[in-house]
Amino acid sequence: MRSLAIGAILAGSAVLPLPAQPLDERLPTCFACHGENGTSQLPDTPSLGAQPAFYATVQLLMFRDRLRVSEPMNEMTKGLSDTDLQKGADIISKLPPPQPVADAPDAGRMERGRALAEQNRCNFCHQSNYAGHENVPRLAGQREDYLLKALRGYKDNSRYAYDAQMSDVVYPLKDGDFADIAYFLARLK
Amino acid sequence: MIHVSRRSALVLAGTLGSLLAAAPPAAAQQQAPPAAAEQQTAPPTAQQPAPLPPGSPLIGRPDTAAAQKLAPIAPPPIPAAADKLPLDKLKAPKGFTIDVYASGIDNARTLRLGDKGTVFVSSRLKDKIHAIVDKGGTREVKVVASGLHRPNGIVLHKGTLYIAELSQISKIDNVEDKLDNPPKPTVIFIDLPKDEAHGWKFLTVGPDEKLYFQVGAPCNICMPSERHAKIYRLNLDGSGLEVVASGIRQIVGMDWHPVLKQLYFTENQRDWLSEDIPEDKLNRVTQPGKDNFGFPYCHQGNIPDQEFGWGHSCNEFTKPVALLGPHAAALGMRFYTGSMFPAAYRNQIIIARHGSWNRSTKVGGDVVLVKLKPDGTFRSMEPLVTGFVQNNNYVGRPADVMVMKDGSLLVSDDYNGAVYRVSYGPQRTVRR
Repeated sequence: MRSLAIGAILAGSAVLPLPAQPLDERLPTCFACHGENGTSQLPDTPSLGAQPAFYATVQLLMFRDRLRVSEPMNEMTKGLSDTDLQKGADIISKLPPPQPVADAPDAGRMERGRALAEQNRCNFCHQSNYAGHENVPRLAGQREDYLLKALRGYKDNSRYAYDAQMSDVVYPLKDGDFADIAYFLARLK
Repeated sequence: MIHVSRRSALVLAGTLGSLLAAAPPAAAQQQAPPAAAEQQTAPPTAQQPAPLPPGSPLIGRPDTAAAQKLAPIAPPPIPAAADKLPLDKLKAPKGFTIDVYASGIDNARTLRLGDKGTVFVSSRLKDKIHAIVDKGGTREVKVVASGLHRPNGIVLHKGTLYIAELSQISKIDNVEDKLDNPPKPTVIFIDLPKDEAHGWKFLTVGPDEKLYFQVGAPCNICMPSERHAKIYRLNLDGSGLEVVASGIRQIVGMDWHPVLKQLYFTENQRDWLSEDIPEDKLNRVTQPGKDNFGFPYCHQGNIPDQEFGWGHSCNEFTKPVALLGPHAAALGMRFYTGSMFPAAYRNQIIIARHGSWNRSTKVGGDVVLVKLKPDGTFRSMEPLVTGFVQNNNYVGRPADVMVMKDGSLLVSDDYNGAVYRVSYGPQRTVRR
């Protein structure tokens, strides 16, 4: 999957951004993978639209400082200033939210996902409508495959978050639970 | 497996909740349905989530604006500028003065002092260890190590800096001679769990010249593995791993009683039981290798856990020295061994309470003085530095404390990335 994402970057712009390249010139490469208007069409690649600016700043900073390792993102953010990161995060936060998956949802799975999310207090931090808040990301309408990948990463400690709350939260959950939660959030209206 | 409808589970939860609040813990344990513990371990079916056991804290959670204010608080990812620090909000008793010692230090956490006067500052969320070098009035901040993973635990011993990252321990010998060109730390121990949850460490050296650190519980509340929820010790070369104590949820502060030579530590207790219980603990190890502090069976020394407490009594476990407030997140602690502060501070404990998130009205967010009796038991607790909470919001969060050679006290603030200095007596020239 990582090679796929790198491939997409290379397709979107002939060369990776140079450390000196200003933020504005890098943005088209961002949206080549993360989708026009921040709604991603690429497997395992998150939609960015309407992510809270605080959360987006933290993730960009973690990529730049290699606190979170994802080679394409570490390359994309290399050399950006703190101000650039905040500017980038502001742009992301003002994009429209991604639209939920438009199929006819399985009512049973939706209900299971909703119940699991509430039992585990996802709605406390991510808000009732899962739009996120400050340091907590938006989940509503996020790509199902990306949600599943993130949850699995928290479970096996391969995804480093800024702080460790998600590792606490996923501790009692099983892979089947992740699938139902991701199904529900990706289709949440 | 007994299936309990959501409605009756709710009623039971309410009953249990009031029992917990009103009755002594033993009574709650006798009257609660004995099926609960068994049911907790039943796996969810493919068709629907497992019904929650009676009394589960997951039952009946409100989906309200008030509940949503209980989210954990992340510090700003970029340290506050020196002129944006909340210095004017911080208060201390008469005779004490608070200054800014250093700023711009990402997520400043554990503080340690070198023999030559260098102050070392660790980080929990970032990758660096910083050194503050005081050169007769001007202070310079240098990076000693970088590219580390959650390097919260640091300690200086005979010129060597030891670093406890999430899953390994390393060292830099004669570190104060190498501040301008520090070598990569040499790893001395790698065999530690890699759990992100409560994976960060506190590190100290005992009177026996061994490294002491903890492996926290990898969860809020769970049955930890054999490797988790323990204090360990190691020889300075990384050999001879031994268990010192068990049944510990998470520690972010330890120190040695200067007279009794016993290990005292702060322990953070579980979330989501209620607003007011359990309280964080101050513990001490009196029987190394034997003490068990109760996690996950018993909280704050007298409340059996509603899932894991069945079949146990809190009397099986080592009692806390003191309770430090519900969800207060008591972190760094040191015995005050200086002579600048009033005599009543001598050999008493100063604790940084990081402050609560899992509570509607914040508790902690201050530095407190815990006074002990000569036998090491609790006498009293009083505030030393307050003001980190303004209108129920944090303007800073104290993470660790350290006594300087002159007897002043440094306090780290991981929210703002700053270090403050607390001094006592006639005010000298204030340096920013």
